[in-house]
Amino acid sequence: MKIVRGVLIVFLLLIPAFAWAEDAVYRYPIDDSYAATILGTPQKLRPDTPGEVPIKTMVLETDREKPEIFFYDLGLRYTVAFQDRKAPLVFLIAGTGGSSKSAKIVALITNLYHAGFHVIALPSPTFSNFIINASTTHVPGNLSDDADDLYRVMEQIWGQSKGSIEVTDFSLAGYSLGGTEAAFIARLDEERKVFDFRRVLMLNPAVSLYNSVSRIEGLLDRIPGGPRRIGAFYNRVMAKSTEFYRKGDFVAIDDDFLFAAYQAQILNRDEAGGMIAVSFRISSAGMIFASDVMTHGGYVVPKNRELKNSDSLDDYFWTCLHLSFLDYFNEYFVPYFQSRHPGLTKEELLEALSIRSIESYLASSAKIGVITNEDDFILAPGELDYLRRVFGPRLKVYPRGGHLGNLDFRDNMAFLIDRLRSSTW
Amino acid sequence: MYSNAIKLIFKTVLVLLLSGCAAGRAYLPDDVPPMHTVSEFSDDENVSRTRDPWEGLNRSMYKFNYEVDRFVLLPVVAGYETVVPRTARTGVSNFFANIREVRTFYNCILQAKGKKSLVTLGRFVTNSTIGIGGLFDPATAFGMRREHEDFDRTLETWGVGTGPYLVLPILGPNTARSAGGLAVDGGVRWAIANAIDPFGGTGASTEIETGVTALETVDLRYRESFRYYDSDYPFEYYMVRYLFSQERELKILR
Repeated sequence: MKIVRGVLIVFLLLIPAFAWAEDAVYRYPIDDSYAATILGTPQKLRPDTPGEVPIKTMVLETDREKPEIFFYDLGLRYTVAFQDRKAPLVFLIAGTGGSSKSAKIVALITNLYHAGFHVIALPSPTFSNFIINASTTHVPGNLSDDADDLYRVMEQIWGQSKGSIEVTDFSLAGYSLGGTEAAFIARLDEERKVFDFRRVLMLNPAVSLYNSVSRIEGLLDRIPGGPRRIGAFYNRVMAKSTEFYRKGDFVAIDDDFLFAAYQAQILNRDEAGGMIAVSFRISSAGMIFASDVMTHGGYVVPKNRELKNSDSLDDYFWTCLHLSFLDYFNEYFVPYFQSRHPGLTKEELLEALSIRSIESYLASSAKIGVITNEDDFILAPGELDYLRRVFGPRLKVYPRGGHLGNLDFRDNMAFLIDRLRSSTW
Repeated sequence: MYSNAIKLIFKTVLVLLLSGCAAGRAYLPDDVPPMHTVSEFSDDENVSRTRDPWEGLNRSMYKFNYEVDRFVLLPVVAGYETVVPRTARTGVSNFFANIREVRTFYNCILQAKGKKSLVTLGRFVTNSTIGIGGLFDPATAFGMRREHEDFDRTLETWGVGTGPYLVLPILGPNTARSAGGLAVDGGVRWAIANAIDPFGGTGASTEIETGVTALETVDLRYRESFRYYDSDYPFEYYMVRYLFSQERELKILR
């Protein structure tokens, strides 16, 4: 999602309340959870990874019959970086709406390759390319179905790759929704044993998909006019940023500009949270549209319309941006699964969308670990305690970093790599 | 040397203008309307301010560019990167950038930007001589900053509006005004090239000019990292359109 990232980088990173934390132990610098989430880790605090990483995008060919509107889609795109000697392999799974080349994936690939791993990265099952090519139902969000699809794709990719690399063993890591999915894949692997993962890492995972999504969507309740006015909100944030850019002597929209804007407190905290939710909406808009086209669900596109490439999608875009993930869940996702499994209640579905449904496995499996932050706002009250209870010593909690803001902070990356290498926690 | 490109642009603009009125979407009756339609969300402020009345054609051109990239330009660029060493590629980029200084120069004058025009003239003279015909860029090292001016910017300073969004073949996202600007700048260049006739004595000037134009096209694509449909985002067209207008706006502020 290079373009989405472009939009975000240009206009989101303008957050207030900059504070250098006086913490002798943990030196990730950004105190505010929203600011950390948006700004990430300053360049100079990231690990040094000298040398080039042979990152390649690969295509797993799938069914060639696709709706005309997705004519450019040639198959599932995944990203690899292979060592030229025998090495352990790590599968990576992106977070909500993320491609296999999203910035966080690239950061992970770069660091893991540098640490001597082969890496294969997969897009999120909520990413349109996955919905079109690899999803059995084309309706993402059902964790065990998505884990099934991911596992099948991993087997196919492994079949495509094993001729060209030598692998000692397999591990798995995912972030955000990908972290939650990693738990379900790990459990599946215990039955199928294709990879027999040595180590599984859940990075800033959601405990309950529904809770996390509600929390992100809730950020829009604090913008003027609420979620129905995201266009006006976005324009206002844009205008502020442009004005700041115009007044300052900036050469380009780069890190310097963004940190300057941040320090000047161009946006207040509600606006920063609002922009996080808007970026989430941009992702979910793509998901809703792709799913609806693939299933002929009649949710935003008329059931019987075959879209042509020259057809305008503007109205669908605007509609999808204004639908929340919870609308998708209640109006589209639940009815879809209820029609396939008569008698299924919404409560039962909700239960299945949480790692609570596989709690006993997670509590007893020594290979699985969790890394998250005290101030990760996708966790509902009580969920961090829940993680402590289930994972015990296999949980690492950093004092700050928001949602994945500290992922490529030096200490975090070193710890993550150390956990992937070691055989015990 | 740019005459083919100009013809192409003129033809495209003409086709677009003629078809503009007829390009409205044919609405078929839908048996089942979808659960949500855009009319529910008309109370929000629109984000995009880019007028795009020729969207159908623009989307088709967007696809055309993707295919030209996929089957012609990107394979050629890949070969170019394999065969030609990096320093030589930089030399090629410098050479064409140096030729474009002429465009910047006369547009600075048309916009009455005295200092910029002098710096540009200084750059052109320095790079054409010390920089060996523009292959190197010593002027930047001497503290002369490269400026970017074209006839689109000139039209802007003269108060001409941008006009609708227009995706040009090969050249990609533009506006009606910037397409006109490209045509004018191309025409001026063609006239200058004709007057100087640099390959006149060779007896094969047409072939050489075609080769130079081809090399410039390859260089343009080589320097541009954007790839059509690479985001896999179903609404990429709108994101690109938005970023294009936003980038323009920020450039103007600078």
